[in-house]
Amino acid sequence: MRDFARLYNELDATTATLGKLEALKRYFSHVEPANAAWAVYFLAGGKPRQTISTKFLRQFSTEMSGIPEWLFDECYQAVGDLAETIAHILPPPSHETSIPLANWMEERIIPLRNETPEKTREALFSYWNELETQQRFVLIKLISGAFRVGVSKLLVVRALSELAGLDAKIIAQRMMGWTDSALQPSAERYSLLIAAQSEFEHRNKDGHPYPFFLAHPLQISPQADPQVLGDIRQWQIEWKYDGIRAQLVQRNGQSWLWSRGEDLITDRFPEISGISLPDGTVIDGEIVIWKNGSPAPFADLQKRIGRKSLSSRILNEFPAAFIAFDLLEHRGQDIRHIIQSERRSRLKDVVCSIDVPGLILSPLVDAPDWHRLGIMRNTSRSRAVEGMMLKSVSAQYGIGRTKERGIWWKWKIDPYTVDAVLVYAQRGHGRRASLYTDYTFAVWDSGGSGDSDPPGERKLVPFAKAYSGLTDREIARVDAVIRRTTIEKFGPVRSVRPTMVFEIGFEGIAPSPRHKAGVAVRFPRMLRIRDDKKVDEADTLDMLKAMLPNPYRKAALTSSVGSPP
Amino acid sequence: MAGPRRTWGVYMADLVVARKEGLFCEPGQFYIDPWQPVDRAIITHAHADHARPGHTHYLAALPGADILKSRLGDIQLETLAYGEHVIHNGVTVSFHPAGHVLGSAQVRLEYRGETWVVSGDYKLEPDGTCDSFETVPCDTFITESTFGLPIYRWQAASDIFKDINVWWRSNAEKGRASVLFCYAFGKAQRILNGIDNSIGPIICHGAAETLNRIYRNAGISLPDTLTVSDASSKAGFREALVIAPPSSAGSPWLRRFGDYSDAFASGWMLLRGARRRRAVDRGFVLSDHADWPGLMRAITATGAQRVIVTHGHVDVMVRWLRENSLDASAFETEYGTNEEDNAAENESVAFKESHA
Ligand SMILES: [Zn+2]
Ligand SMILES: [Zn+2]
Repeated sequence: MRDFARLYNELDATTATLGKLEALKRYFSHVEPANAAWAVYFLAGGKPRQTISTKFLRQFSTEMSGIPEWLFDECYQAVGDLAETIAHILPPPSHETSIPLANWMEERIIPLRNETPEKTREALFSYWNELETQQRFVLIKLISGAFRVGVSKLLVVRALSELAGLDAKIIAQRMMGWTDSALQPSAERYSLLIAAQSEFEHRNKDGHPYPFFLAHPLQISPQADPQVLGDIRQWQIEWKYDGIRAQLVQRNGQSWLWSRGEDLITDRFPEISGISLPDGTVIDGEIVIWKNGSPAPFADLQKRIGRKSLSSRILNEFPAAFIAFDLLEHRGQDIRHIIQSERRSRLKDVVCSIDVPGLILSPLVDAPDWHRLGIMRNTSRSRAVEGMMLKSVSAQYGIGRTKERGIWWKWKIDPYTVDAVLVYAQRGHGRRASLYTDYTFAVWDSGGSGDSDPPGERKLVPFAKAYSGLTDREIARVDAVIRRTTIEKFGPVRSVRPTMVFEIGFEGIAPSPRHKAGVAVRFPRMLRIRDDKKVDEADTLDMLKAMLPNPYRKAALTSSVGSPP
Repeated sequence: MAGPRRTWGVYMADLVVARKEGLFCEPGQFYIDPWQPVDRAIITHAHADHARPGHTHYLAALPGADILKSRLGDIQLETLAYGEHVIHNGVTVSFHPAGHVLGSAQVRLEYRGETWVVSGDYKLEPDGTCDSFETVPCDTFITESTFGLPIYRWQAASDIFKDINVWWRSNAEKGRASVLFCYAFGKAQRILNGIDNSIGPIICHGAAETLNRIYRNAGISLPDTLTVSDASSKAGFREALVIAPPSSAGSPWLRRFGDYSDAFASGWMLLRGARRRRAVDRGFVLSDHADWPGLMRAITATGAQRVIVTHGHVDVMVRWLRENSLDASAFETEYGTNEEDNAAENESVAFKESHA
C-alpha cells in the first residue's frame, strides 16, 4: 500500500505527462506482479463495488476521531473530498505496517463486503490505526469505490509497453476488459499482460473489443472556411450521432456489446447483440434509439440505460439501433491498420449482407466543397445529430486520441445559448474546494401560469446548473461577487442577489416535469460573463421553451444525405 | 454561561472590544494590531496584516523592533522586553513570546484584577528562529484560529526539513535547481535554520535576504546565503536551493534557474486542493501557526474561562469551545472569516513582502 500510495501521490502532484510516465515506470519496475495487477486495474479505471457505504465511513471516522457530526461537515466543506477529510481527522496511527496492495484488496478490503457493521467498524479502526495520512486516503478511496487519478489509460499502456519492450498496441489490446468486474486481477493475468508477443495473440482475445479510437474537436468558427483540412475529397464525412459509442464483437459463435467505458452491455440491448454477424467481426458504431427512420433524442436512450430488465413495452417504445461506422475485425483479422476508405467499403459489404432493422450503415455526407458542407451542418439539429465527423480517408484506426496515423475530427454544431441570471452558488471540489464554482442559473418567467402568481409578475426560475467554462481569473471574480451579494447560506450553498448575467450554452433541451422550469438542458456550461447585460435583460422561460425540439419537424435522416460511393 | 454583557451594542465591562479601527482597550485607550490609523497601537508582530503603517505611537516587543522599523520606516516606536511591563492609564501591559516569528508576542493586559491575553498569531512547536510560545494564565484569552479545524494537524517540523533535504538532494543529483516558495518573513528563516546546508549553495531572493540580515543581527543562526549576483556561474545554480517569495513565481528572476523543480512550504499545503492550485512539484506542510491540537492545548493551558476567537475559522472554534463548556464568542475582525480569505490575505502579505 505504501508504494501504491506514493505512486498515487506522484501522479496526483504532477501535471507533466513525462513526470507521470516516469512515476508509473518506477512503480511497475519494482512491484510484485500481484500488486501490479491491482494497480493496473485501478489506474485503468476499474471500479470495484463500494465495500463500505459512505454513511458508515462517515460514522466510523467521526467515532474514531471523537468529533461531532457538524464539525465533520465543516471539515468536509473545507476539504471538498470525503476520503481526504477522513484521512485528516483521524488520530495519528499508533504503528505502521507495510502490507502489499494485493493483500490489502484480497484479504482485507473485499472480505469486508459480507461483514456486519460491527465487524467492519472494528476492522476499519485497526486498519486506520496502522496507516499514515496519505495511505489512509488511498485506502478510503479504494473502499469507497471512488478511486480516480489523473492518468489516462493510454499512459499506463505506454509505461507498460516501454517496460516490457512491446508495441503499445499489443498492451492496449491485452488490457481490454481488464477492468471487467467479473475477473479479479491476479499475478498470472499481469504476467500475460506484459509477456512477449505470441504467434497466437489474436486467439486469446475472447470477447474483448479493441481500444476505441477517439475524435478531436475541430476548433473552427462557423464563419471560417475549414480549408485548413485541404481537399474535401480526402475526407470521409458522416453525421455525429448523440448516443452511446460501442463495439459489437462476434467471435466463436457468440456476441458481445461493449460501451466506450468498456462496460459489457450485451444484455441491455438485445436487439443489437442479437444481430448475427459472421464470426470474427468487430464493428464500431453508435447505439441510438431509432424511431420513424431517425434517431430519437438522447433522453429516450437514457430511459434504456441503467435498466437491467427490459419489458417488451420498453423495447417497443424505445427500439435501439446500431449505426455502424467502422469495421475493426474482418474474417477474424485485425484490420485496424487498413486505411479508412477500405475499411468503409468492407463495412458496407458486411452490413449490406445482413438485412436487419437494428443495424444501419452510417450514411456518408456528400458535399462538393467545405462551404456547402457547412450549410449542411446547419441542418444537424433538425436531423437530431450533433454535427459531423470528418475522417481522413487514409486514416488507420488509432488508439484513444492518437494522431500519428490519421485523424478523426468532430465538427459539432454550435450549442444552444441563453442569457441567464446567477441565483445560487456552491463551493467547488478538489482543486477549487475553497471557491464558489458551481452555479445555478435562472431565466425570467412572466408568471401567470400558476394560480398563486398574478400575471405579469416576473420572477426568476432556476433551470440549469453549470460549473465549467470560466477561467480561474473569472472564477475568482465571480467568487468575490458571490460573497458580496450573499442573501442566505444553506450549508455549502449560498443564495445571491441577482446581479450577474451569463451566456449559457447547452447541447440539448427536453421537457422535464421534475424541474421547476419544466425543461431540462443537457451539458450546460458558461460561455461568457455578460457584463454588458442587466439582470432585467436576461432571457425568458418562453424563449427557452421555444427551443424544445418539435418531434414532427424532424426531417427523415436518410432522405437528404448523399449516397455512399 | 456568563455571556458578554451587551448594552446598546457596546461591551460595557470588557477590557478589549472590537471597533471599526481594530481591537480596542477602553480603559487603556490603545488599540492592538489596528487596521486603521490610530493614536496608540500595540503591535503583536510585524506581519503586514498586523503591523500597519500610519499610527502615531507604536508599542511592541523588543526583539521585533528592527523588523518593524525596516518594514514601516521611521515610526515612533517604544519597546518592552518579553515579560517587562508598563502601565498605561491603569492597565498593565506586557509582552510574552508567541513562537510565531522573530519578535512575535502575546499581549497581556491586567486591569482591576482581571487579566486578558491577546494571542496575535502563535505556534506551539519550538523553533530555532524565535522564542518559544509561553503559556500566560488569564481570565479571557483572545485567540487566533487560522487553522481552526481538526483536519489541521502538523507533523514535526524536523520531519518536514528532512523531506525538504531529500527533495533538494535528489534534484541536486540530477543537476536541477530546487526552488522553494515560502513567505519571506518568518518561514524563509525557519527553513534556512532547519535544513541541511551541506547539500549545496543556498540562494535567497532579496525580499528574504533583507530579513535574514535582521535575524542574523539578532543572533539567530542562519547558514550562509547567496544572492543571485553573488552566485558566479549558472552551474552553481544547478545544485542550489533557491528561497523565493510566492509572488516571484513566473518572474524573470526565476527564469535564470532553468529547468528547476519547485515546491511550496505552507500549512495550506496539507490539502490536495491547495497543492493543485499552486501547481508546484511538491508541497511541504510547514506552518507558523498552531494546528488544531495546538490551539486546543494553548487555550486549555491559559485556564481562561472566556475565549474570544478571531482570525480564521471563528464560527467553528466558537461552537466547539461552547460545546466543551467554555464561554466562547467571536470578534469581527478584518482578517477574513474563513480559510480562503485568510489564504488570500496571506498572499497579499507575501506580495507586499516580496516588494519590500
Ligand atoms: Zn503572522
Ligand atoms: Zn495573522
